[in-house]
Formats: sequence, C-alpha cells, structure tokens
Amino acid sequence: MEKKWFTISVYSENNVGLLNRISGIFLKRHINIESLNVSKSEIEHISKFTIVIKTTEDWTRKIVAQIEKQIEVIKAFYHTDEETIYQESALFKIASHLLFDEPQIQNIISESKSKIVTVSRDFFVLAKTGRRHEIDEMHDNLEAFGIMQFVRSGRIAVSKSEMPISSMINEFYQS
Amino acid sequence: MQTIKEKKPKKHNETSIRVSGAEAIIHCLLAEDVNLIYGYPGGAIMPVYDELYKFQDKLHHVLTRHEQGATHAAQGFARVTGKVGVAIATSGPGATNLVTGLADAQIDSTPMVCITGQVPRHLLGSDAFQETDIIGISTPVTKWNYQITRAAEIPEIMAKAFYIAKSGRPGPVLIDITKNAQFEEFDFSYSRCIGVRSYNPSPKPEIEKIKAAAELINNAKRPYIVFGHGVILGKAEKQLQTLVEKAGIPAAWTILGLSAMDTDHPLNVGMVGMHGNYGPNVLTNECDVLIAIGMRFDDRVTGNLETYAKQAKVIHFEIDPAEIDKNVKADVAILGNAQESLDLLLPLIKANKHDDWHNKFKKCYEEEYEAVIKNDLYPTKEGLTMGEVIKEINLASGNKAVIVSDVGQHQMIACRYAQFKQTKSNITSGGLGTMGFALPAAIGAKMGAMNREVVAIIGDGGFQMTIQELATIFQNKTPVKIVVLNNGHLGMVRQWQELFFESRYASTVMTNPDFVKIAEGYHIEAKKVEKREDLKATVQAMMASKEPFFLEVCVENEDNVFPMIPSGASVSDIRLK
Repeated sequence: MEKKWFTISVYSENNVGLLNRISGIFLKRHINIESLNVSKSEIEHISKFTIVIKTTEDWTRKIVAQIEKQIEVIKAFYHTDEETIYQESALFKIASHLLFDEPQIQNIISESKSKIVTVSRDFFVLAKTGRRHEIDEMHDNLEAFGIMQFVRSGRIAVSKSEMPISSMINEFYQS
Repeated sequence: MQTIKEKKPKKHNETSIRVSGAEAIIHCLLAEDVNLIYGYPGGAIMPVYDELYKFQDKLHHVLTRHEQGATHAAQGFARVTGKVGVAIATSGPGATNLVTGLADAQIDSTPMVCITGQVPRHLLGSDAFQETDIIGISTPVTKWNYQITRAAEIPEIMAKAFYIAKSGRPGPVLIDITKNAQFEEFDFSYSRCIGVRSYNPSPKPEIEKIKAAAELINNAKRPYIVFGHGVILGKAEKQLQTLVEKAGIPAAWTILGLSAMDTDHPLNVGMVGMHGNYGPNVLTNECDVLIAIGMRFDDRVTGNLETYAKQAKVIHFEIDPAEIDKNVKADVAILGNAQESLDLLLPLIKANKHDDWHNKFKKCYEEEYEAVIKNDLYPTKEGLTMGEVIKEINLASGNKAVIVSDVGQHQMIACRYAQFKQTKSNITSGGLGTMGFALPAAIGAKMGAMNREVVAIIGDGGFQMTIQELATIFQNKTPVKIVVLNNGHLGMVRQWQELFFESRYASTVMTNPDFVKIAEGYHIEAKKVEKREDLKATVQAMMASKEPFFLEVCVENEDNVFPMIPSGASVSDIRLK
C-alpha cells in the first residue's frame, strides 16, 4: 500500500502521562511522528492532539484503533491532506541591519505574506503561517542572508467533515 | 477527575470516616470484595503494610518470595476465579519486579490491580533512594496506570482501577502511591466506579452484523469455529456449546480458550496453532466460513497470514475494536461481549449437521494419532514421555484438575493432552510466554479454588526461574501439586536448535540440582520418577495427598513436540514429524 500523509486527531481527557502512552504506540511500530501539536479543543476540559505521520492507510487505521483503546482517549480520527484544512506556523529571527543592507528581504516579507512581530536594534522576528511548502520556500529565500534562529510549529488541522465528539459525550451522560 | 461517573453510591458507604491514605487503601480493597492479596513489603509501602497487619482478619496478605511471584499468583487467582487479582510492592526494585507480570496480564487480558509504594511527593524526580519512574516504565504494559500523590485521590482512583481492570477486555492496572499520601489523613468514603467518560468497555453488538453472520453460518458447507479466551472472559461457554451443537460446527481452541468447552465433546476438534492438532490447522485452509470467537489471530495461531484461511469468509466476534482487521481481515466483524453477541446470534441459527466435514477432522486426527499421539501417550521406547505424564494426571484427577503450565515443550504437551470438564481450568502464559509463571500462578489458582486440585506442570528450566516460591507454598501450606518434567534441557529452544540450527545446542543444556532435595529443604513431600513402572502409582499418590507435593519426572532428554508449524510457514504446512 502507498504511503501518504495522514493527520490524526485525538480527543482526550487532559491527563498527565497520556502523551507518553500515545507516543509509545508509534514507537512500538517504528513510525516517526512528523509533527505533534497538543492544545485545548472546542470542548471544555478536552484536549486535542494533532499528529502527522507518513505511512500506509492500513497502518494508520490500526494505530488510530490502538490510540482509541487508551482509557483516557475519547475518540481518534484520521484524515488525508485533502480532507483537512491545515496550517503550520514559523518564526524567523533575522539581523536588523539586513533590512537596510539587503532590500530584497523586504520583497520576501511582502511576497510571503508574513508578519513582522517585533523589531529591535539587533534583530527582527518574522511570523509566517501557511502550508509546509510555503514556509520551506520562505526559509530557502531567507537562508542566503542568514537566519539567526528558526522554528516551525507542528501542524494544526481541522477536518472538512464532522468530528462528532460533543454528541458522543452527551450520549455518555444520558446512558 | 471528571472522567469518572458514579451514578448510585452505595448507601452504607455514604458516611465518611477520617483515615490515613494507607488505611483508605485497605477500605478500598475491602469495598471491592478483595480478601486476598499477594505482595512483598519495603520502605515506600510500609504504611500500607502496617494497616494490613491491623486488618489481617479481613484481608489476607500472602508473602511471596519475589514481587514477580506476587503478580503471577494474582494472575493465577484471577484466571481461575474471574475476579481481579491484586499484587502489592514497594517502590524501585519492588515495582520494576512487577513488570513481567504486568506484561503477561496485559497480553493475556487478565484483570489485575498492582499497587506500588513511591517516594514522598517532595522527593519525586530527585533520584531518591528506591525511586523509579514506574508510571513511565509500566505504561506500555498496563491497561491504565496512575500516580497518587494526595490521599484524597485514593478512593476515586482505586474505584476506577478496579473498574478498568475487570471491564471490557480485562487487563492490568498499576496504581503508584507516594508515601506522603499513605500517611496523610482525610475524610474517606467510597463508591464503586461504574463508568468512565472516555472509555467504552463493551460495545453493543450491531444486529445487522449478527444477521449477516447468521446468514453466512446457515449457508456454510464447511463452517469452522476457533474460540479463544474471550469466551471464558465473556462467560459465553454455554452459548458457544449451543452454537456448536445446533449448527453442527467443528470447534477448535487457542491455548487460552482451552477448557471453555469440554475436551471430550464430540465437536471439540482440538487445538490450533504452532503445536496444535493436525486437523484444526490444515482444515483452517479448507473451511468456507471461519468463525473466530474471542480470539485475536496471534501469529502462533495463524502462521503465515498470506496463506491463512484465504478461501474462507471470516466472521470475527471480538470485544476489542483494535483487534478487528488487525491481523486477519474480517468479512463480518461483530463487536461486543461474546455472551451477548452469541445470545443474539443463536435464535437466527438453523439446526444443521456437517458430517462429511466433521469426518475430515476425524480422519486428520487418525493420521495424527498414528504419527504422534500414540507415541506420546503410549510410548514403546524406554524413556518416559511428557505426554504419558499428562495422561496419568488426567486419569488420577478424573479430568477435574486445574492445570497450570509454564512455558516450553511441557506447556505444549500439557495443552495438547490435558483433559477438562470445567471452564477456567487451563492456566498458562500464552501471549508473553513467561518462563517461571506456573509455580506462583498455581499458588494463586489454588487459593482461588481451594476445593479443586491444582497441578503445576513445569520444565526444569522455568522451575528455576521462580523456584523460591516453594517457600510461599510451604509457609501457607498451599496444597498445590508441582510436577517438574525434567529433560535436562531448555527443551523448546533445543528443539528449534535441532530443527533449524543444525543441532548446535547453544546454552540449552542444563546441569540441574537435586530438585527433590530442594523441595524437601522447603519441607514439601517430594518424589522422583525415572521409570515407567513407577509413574502411575506415584502420580496417584500425589493426587491423593492433601498436602503440597513435588514430583520430578525424568523424561526423554531430546524428544520433540509435534505436530509443528515452522515459524513463518502456513498452517497447511504443519509437520507431523
């Protein structure tokens, strides 16, 4: 089976130790987590893990089943890139003098639709949100001038289809 | 803690009492109807042991001689009773010694709660004396685990631990309790847990799937059932038998399913898997509908998946959604408890017979009998076989004993030849293959079924892995029967070396001590049998004894277990020699 990018969304109770339990599922199967993001979800007190992996759909389905099996996981879903709206964020720290010495940088900033977050005497910080390839492109463009620091976040994603968590939780309280 | 939903607290428990965390743990155990636990004391769990001393008339603590023994004893107790087994240990090495038992209970779906002491909260993360991250260590081998650092957490977490351990697909839970939480006083009240928001232990079977399964079964020409532990855990033994008899379907078992159906039932065709029976393996690839009930298509059962039951429609009755399509793709998957699912299925099943198909199993059995079984049970050569020892135990016990086997050749022989008339009678380490399991597990099994004979069948290798539990047997006067089948080798590994490594016996030859003297050193009556003429009478004397009894039988040193599916081969390619 063909390897593809999959975004796994995990709705869980917010408990210490669950991240360890979930990452162990990937470790055991030698599957690299390409990106991981943990945040609150649309439901109060429920966390959402967004995990990106590149593997076959069969493995993804089995991994999602193992994740769902964990006691504190309410529900896990997986989606292909086409089935999600997804973004990543990146920060670039660049020496301030380059703004004046290298006018091309200003073009890169405006063309990449990134934002200047802060400017100081020594450096300024650019923030860029977008697809991975857009951030990579911006990185490539700036690299020639020197990047003091670079960091990119994990993918955050919402699915085009419904992830019916609220109804599942309501069902539990009604049963 | 919003995960726990407690609907109706028991009325008599509603009033709270002021107790220490340590005493609260005892009250939790009593509230869960636990009256027997296994363990080993140490610094970080001492407050709990102090309370155990005070409550010894209500809660019996069995001191094993190693924490691993405590877990296996708890497992043996759980497997024979269907209740949750409880083991307790201190922090650090006490806790890490539980890991093998946890892993064993996890892979064999055994309900167990392990309680460990931990260094005080303020020392966590400081590499304090006997501090170890047992939560991190035990995560992959537990169904759930939790570290309690405040006494007030104890009732809710303990209730949740028992609920999770025994519900759905059972498994081990570890609760780590810091020493300060054991000392702290708080207002204790207890309510059992009956639901966890994020956990659906037993999905409801879908009626449409049941109908689809019934249609496949009713139209099948060569239907075949393979049942596993899920039948025992789901208390579906009667339903299984009704299905088998009503639809006339030959049924075979995995080693954890053994004893769910009487071994002498005419439609019980035997054991599947690497050393299973000939017919159940080869005919897996001739059936037209394969009905898997409470089993998980372990690799030791299926052999090469590429050539496993490809011609058959597969119906999979299973409680754990993660097992569906994990190894074998199901045409119809029915999620749910086996009893509930079969209860829904049975009214839709038409009475049927499949005599021609069943005769194929009989023919295969005859072939296997000539090639293997006859020589195992009625050998004509001089050396004793493991099979004839099992046969004598069957005869002397009237097929009524609980058989606890260790891991290796003797385990396969015990599972192949032990006869059972009652469920929950075969206790073995199936998934993990833990050598050293049987002796402590037999202690737990006996304590869980005092009115039954419990016979541990152990090899000379595995016996020496937990041999110190002879002291537990002696101290508690636990009347288990211990049979060591001594072939002077790590027999199963030696067999593989003979077959696949050109007889290079790397570290499989054992120079053994005098086991009889060792047993006698623990004040256990002991006998050794070296000749066939002594076997029957000695086994009978052992079974007649009311005391613990040790029997060493010196068997042929280089016998092999057949049939055998070589690792990675197809079930069709099972070898008879």
